[in-house]
Amino acid sequence: MSTKPDWEQFGKDEWAAREEARLREAEAAGGLSFRLRRAWKGVDTRLKLLVALAVASTLPLFVHNPYHMRVAGLTGLYIMLSLGLNVVAGFAGLLDLGYVAFYGLGAYTYALLASPQFHQHRPFWLVLPLVILITALFGFLLGSPSMRLRGDYLAIVTLGFGQIAGLLLLNLNRVRLPFLHLEKPLNITGGPNGIINIDDIRILGYTVETVSGYYYLILLFVALVFLVVFHLDRSRIGRAWRAIREDELAAQTMGVDTRRLKLLAFSVGASIAGTAGVLFAAWQGAVFPSNFDVTILIILYSMVVLGGVGSIWGPVSGALILSILPELLRSPEVARLMFYGALILGVMGLSRRAKMRGLALLGGVGVLGMALKVTLTALRPEWFLQPELKLSVARSTFAPLMRALNWWMLFPRDSRGIGNAAFVLALFLLLGVLRLKGTAQYVLLVPGLYTLAFVWETRLVEEPSVTRMLIFGVLLVLMMNYRPQGLFGQRWVQRL
Amino acid sequence: MDMLLRQLPQQLVNGLTLGSVYALIALGYSMVYGILQLLNFAHGEVYMIGAFIGWGVFALLVPGNTLLLPASVIILLMLMAAMLGCGFLGVVIEWFAYRPLREAPRIAPLISALGVSFFLQNAVLLTMSARYRAYRTGLLIPRTWGISIFGATISFTRILVIVVAVLLMLILHHLVQKTRLGKAMRATAQDREAAAMMGIDVDRVIVVTFFIGSALGGAAGVLVGLLFTQIYHFMGFTAGLKGFTAAVCGGIGNIPGAMLGGFLLGIIESIGVGFISPRYKDLIVFCVLILILLFRPRGLLGVKVQEKV
Repeated sequence: MSTKPDWEQFGKDEWAAREEARLREAEAAGGLSFRLRRAWKGVDTRLKLLVALAVASTLPLFVHNPYHMRVAGLTGLYIMLSLGLNVVAGFAGLLDLGYVAFYGLGAYTYALLASPQFHQHRPFWLVLPLVILITALFGFLLGSPSMRLRGDYLAIVTLGFGQIAGLLLLNLNRVRLPFLHLEKPLNITGGPNGIINIDDIRILGYTVETVSGYYYLILLFVALVFLVVFHLDRSRIGRAWRAIREDELAAQTMGVDTRRLKLLAFSVGASIAGTAGVLFAAWQGAVFPSNFDVTILIILYSMVVLGGVGSIWGPVSGALILSILPELLRSPEVARLMFYGALILGVMGLSRRAKMRGLALLGGVGVLGMALKVTLTALRPEWFLQPELKLSVARSTFAPLMRALNWWMLFPRDSRGIGNAAFVLALFLLLGVLRLKGTAQYVLLVPGLYTLAFVWETRLVEEPSVTRMLIFGVLLVLMMNYRPQGLFGQRWVQRL
Repeated sequence: MDMLLRQLPQQLVNGLTLGSVYALIALGYSMVYGILQLLNFAHGEVYMIGAFIGWGVFALLVPGNTLLLPASVIILLMLMAAMLGCGFLGVVIEWFAYRPLREAPRIAPLISALGVSFFLQNAVLLTMSARYRAYRTGLLIPRTWGISIFGATISFTRILVIVVAVLLMLILHHLVQKTRLGKAMRATAQDREAAAMMGIDVDRVIVVTFFIGSALGGAAGVLVGLLFTQIYHFMGFTAGLKGFTAAVCGGIGNIPGAMLGGFLLGIIESIGVGFISPRYKDLIVFCVLILILLFRPRGLLGVKVQEKV
């Protein structure tokens, strides 16, 4: 096995020729995980979809908390959105940073046509095809001038378009038209107050009202979108998209109509986002500009990148992981368990070849913590809190963890100020660890991990929403650096 | 119309001030793009952190309402601290987010940059909270100071912003055109491999470029703080897009182009604010960006680059 990163070997003939040998090597070395992966690949995708749908449709039977059902529905929407984004960014390799605008366009179109805003109450079955047409058209319009641009220029133009769309949503609440003399300015989008009282979806005389009703509706659309994307991927079109992504010039030379196919990718992605927008608007009953801002874009990219750009299960799993994980972070106890679990697994995983080192590292962090706790609480007891176990925690299964934590973790009185300082310190230490080599790396990792845990206890546990964003940011950088193909993704062939 | 014409000199002055800040931000984008063909999305966040570093120095040296040092020294220290801090921040970002991806497909560093930008924004949100922080410029520079010509009043703060920005640009120009380092930077921008073969330490040149570009961004942050007196964690996003627009306007990768683009964009924005509506000022800027990219993607001073296949 070569120690060079894989991408250095891409594009080389020997590398391609060794594919068989590599598979055999992986089988010998990988053991269980390799066999699982092969078994997963052996099953027909449609069958897997069916099983996944069957499992998902039983969810309302044992989840009765409406909040959890809302999270489940939102997860479905995120799956749809990531599948659509994956068509543009994954299959065709076009970095579309205006994607969320189509989501907003779909939502606002439904909101305008089915709410008291303009006293329009059009039925869902009429609006949905209209939205699909409109968003596909806008995707086409956004794409067509962008065809002359490549890579980063395309990214920035689409980002600009996305910003313009957001600003329009925010500012089209007091429009004065130059030729029509209206008594008062026209309010189209409602500005920051958005549009409220949007109609529920009515199909075949049945009105979808309950959370679980929407859940099943979303599930249905997820399945439809999945099938569309799956069949597109396997068709001539999908192959042509991949060809464009790998090498546009070569694809063109082979007779692929790159212009038309890129526009198609934009339109397909846009109409999927628009459909998700319609469902979102009807489900939430209200739309606001902040539902469609850059944060959502980053979240969607994180999902697609984590799962694997260009694969079909990638975006699904990415969306699942990244929408369920942050919800678990809301409970401090579960969040703690996950954080320390991830820390220990991470350390042991990274030092797989030297298990003793990993254990020594964890032991070092523990000893450092206890030493700090004993000395500092003895010297300056007034600086620290003695956290009492809350009754609810003391009786729960988390009590041993909390007691263990108290042996080891400092709880300063001024948790905000010291926590912020520790956050900066932790960043420096961990970045230093990444730069160093050999033993120094391990030595620095001990205080680095302790500071990280300290920051977690003092600051991050208290602010789950910011923590979530920080994790998304780090995730994007780390994935690009260490596993650009994502969890399920195919490796991209590198052009040299 | 008459009233609008009378407003024009004032709007031009405002535009020049704004433009000098945009030019400073644009230089950061342009220099990095010139050398790495990389769009540093995180640059807007570097500028935002510069503004916060300047605010930190201010808060340290002006406890309450008394100045511990002369006002000019305080302003100088704010600028220096922000430039140094941001310079190092830029170098760190390059090390961790871009360097490992230098040979990767082009989408990879862009996504990595998005991640860095998102991380920095939220790191500041976590440590500084979402509150607006005030630059109390009035304590350093009395508001009444200023001159008026042609019916336009130019406050001393605006003069300071323009002078500092132009001074920094002149220094940069000298550095790039007259020194050995500048020669190495120009060579690396032209052809990285050839430059490496000529014995130029390309990695060092890239680090220095990131340092200088980010330091200019940090200075821009402090200047904007002094000018508009309010800073917050999300200010980098729009400013970054505008700086990028300015860089593209003048021709990305081109240093005089970035300066020209910055001033042009500042003036367009101010005139838009004055003559159309302040509500649509960002809209105008983004429309300019898209029009330029569609009709003259290489910008005003840009040269056609042969695409390597």
